Amino acid sequence: MTQSVDTNPDLPKPGYWPWYGIFCFLFLIGSQASGLLLSVPDRDMGHLQKIMYVHVPAAWIMSLTFVVVLYYSFRYLWKQQENDDLVAASAAEVGAAFCGLTLVLGMIWGKPTWGVWWTWDARLTSTLVLFLIMVSYLALRAFIDDPHRRAQWSAAVGILGAINVPIVYMSVKWWRTLHQVQSMPSTVDPMYVINLRLNAFAFLFLMIYFIRRRYEAARFERAAELAVQAAALGRR
Amino acid sequence: MSAHEDWRRVRAIVWKDLTTEGRSKAGFNSVAALGVTILVLFGFALGPDAQALRDAAAGALWLAVLFAGVLAFNRSYQVELESGALEPLLLYPGARWTIFVGKLFANLIFVGLMLVIVTLVGIVLFQVTIPPSWPKLIAVLALGTIGLVSLGTFYAAMASRSRAREVLLPLLLFPMLVPVLLAAMQASKVLLNGDMMHEAGAWMSMLMAYDVIFVVAPLLAFEHVIEV
Amino acid sequence: MSVASRDQIAIDAVGVARRFGARWVLRGVDLQVRPGEMVGLLGANGSGKSTLLRILGTLLKPSAGGATIYGHDVVKSPDEVRRQIGFLAHTPGLYDDLTARENLQFAASMLGLENAKLDEALDRVGLGGVRNERVRGFSAGMQRRLSMARLLLRNARVLLLDEPYSNLDVAGISLMNELIGESVKGGGAALVVLHELAPAAAVLDRTVTIREGRIDEPDGAALDAANFAVAGEG
Repeated sequence: MTQSVDTNPDLPKPGYWPWYGIFCFLFLIGSQASGLLLSVPDRDMGHLQKIMYVHVPAAWIMSLTFVVVLYYSFRYLWKQQENDDLVAASAAEVGAAFCGLTLVLGMIWGKPTWGVWWTWDARLTSTLVLFLIMVSYLALRAFIDDPHRRAQWSAAVGILGAINVPIVYMSVKWWRTLHQVQSMPSTVDPMYVINLRLNAFAFLFLMIYFIRRRYEAARFERAAELAVQAAALGRR
Repeated sequence: MSAHEDWRRVRAIVWKDLTTEGRSKAGFNSVAALGVTILVLFGFALGPDAQALRDAAAGALWLAVLFAGVLAFNRSYQVELESGALEPLLLYPGARWTIFVGKLFANLIFVGLMLVIVTLVGIVLFQVTIPPSWPKLIAVLALGTIGLVSLGTFYAAMASRSRAREVLLPLLLFPMLVPVLLAAMQASKVLLNGDMMHEAGAWMSMLMAYDVIFVVAPLLAFEHVIEV
Repeated sequence: MSVASRDQIAIDAVGVARRFGARWVLRGVDLQVRPGEMVGLLGANGSGKSTLLRILGTLLKPSAGGATIYGHDVVKSPDEVRRQIGFLAHTPGLYDDLTARENLQFAASMLGLENAKLDEALDRVGLGGVRNERVRGFSAGMQRRLSMARLLLRNARVLLLDEPYSNLDVAGISLMNELIGESVKGGGAALVVLHELAPAAAVLDRTVTIREGRIDEPDGAALDAANFAVAGEG
């Protein structure tokens, strides 16, 4: 019986993904151009309101990455395939990036609107908490060396974190709305709604593309890790 | 294995954890002392104005319990790791969730006792007048403690066995506990102010929902976490 | 070898492999231990002796292959396996702040033994005089004896012992041998990881050696001290 030392597992092939990536960015450019050029400036906010075409889709898609982490974490615990763990980790990283984008844009929006960079607004605050949850998930992964243990533990942490998302959101909302009323733009311009949806799709496509590329990179990282270990031990 | 057997294992773990803690009283004493110290430091940060202190009392109390509690959770697994006692623990036949439930009860008692001390000191230091609805206040304390201890016991099972456990446990735990902290702080605060608007009830329902979710989820996930 | 049905074989490992990262510590171990047999497991440092023992004891999952203990699969029904085995690890696995007797009391409760003969077990391993003293003050040898007493609490059908003789004095070694002998005579089996053959030489039925992740010795090889000397150097 021979056990092959598995240093070169079948690595992901690019396939049609580069074309998909080009499509994603073209779609994004199109939808952003539509948002910037075709919609009417807001009555109160003027052109500033157009930051919403990035801020809002990023926030929506960020919430979606939690669902992806949740799904692949469950799938990992069920099927024990390392690849599922790597997808969950990739989704968490992409989620953290979108989350950071949401926060920064929220602050840029806040400065001219409320005159301060940060306000304990319900959505902004809960986004910050979700960002911290994502960061702690990624920190946990960084602190564990054994791949099986890392996958097992981060699956548990990912599931609990995702379950907590609606609870965090509700608690922060209650915390704020018991004291002050929300102030978000109430534009009913149909172009605004259409552009928002268009850009949400652009971000959705982008999220899938980013997760895929991050996942490919993670697979290569794992293969490199295995090769380095094999080489180091082979010399003995 | 029958429920009777499971229950007996839970009791054995509670007894073992509390006995070892009781024998080395330094552990509990220093954790409680740390809680009190944090309260004193909050007093300095908030200044000597009596009204400001009273307003911030609930928040300061919960943060003190949170920071001191983190130490308790890691200690709870330290006992197992010190001389390789975790392996025999995993080798006893029967369900693994009993280990979690046993440690959960032991930590509840540990943190509960600490909470009593810190609360009593807090009432004095922050010049809190006890409201007529104090039984509700105790219920808020109990509900908040359950959520805190359940997640703390769960995450410590991982953090205590990783590199950098001192930083990893609070990093994992604190953001997850935001709903508990907000609800417990707000409920305590409105109860201390007489609860004119009847807000406390809503916060308490939220605490209860949170507790149910975050006792059940760790219970189910524990087996996956402890065995590797 | 006659083909016995699997539930009549105490330990039946087939192609057990285990990988840590890219390193295959075990590359397909085939090992059978029959009831009434005491088998010594030899091999260089890092050859995977403890890894094999931990896999058989359900503490680790094999990366490939499988094993059964009296017909119970170590991966699929670990709980059944845990009921069959007595496991002694490197570390004593005791609670320093509990007394000797309390440590046994805890083990008995966890095992679901209503009226375990704690004092009898303590007397047997020579710790009767210190039963109410805390383990913190015990020497390494005394702690090892206490873990032996924990093994005595129930009649395990398979003993998996990882270097059980370390830290034991002469009396302790013969006590350990006596204990293993009793279990084996009663139809049990024992797999003992050894880094030194001497203490067990008199009682072993046979030895097997792990080399490069596989069992090196053919089944039933005679006890051979010269062979051990080669294997023992790491």
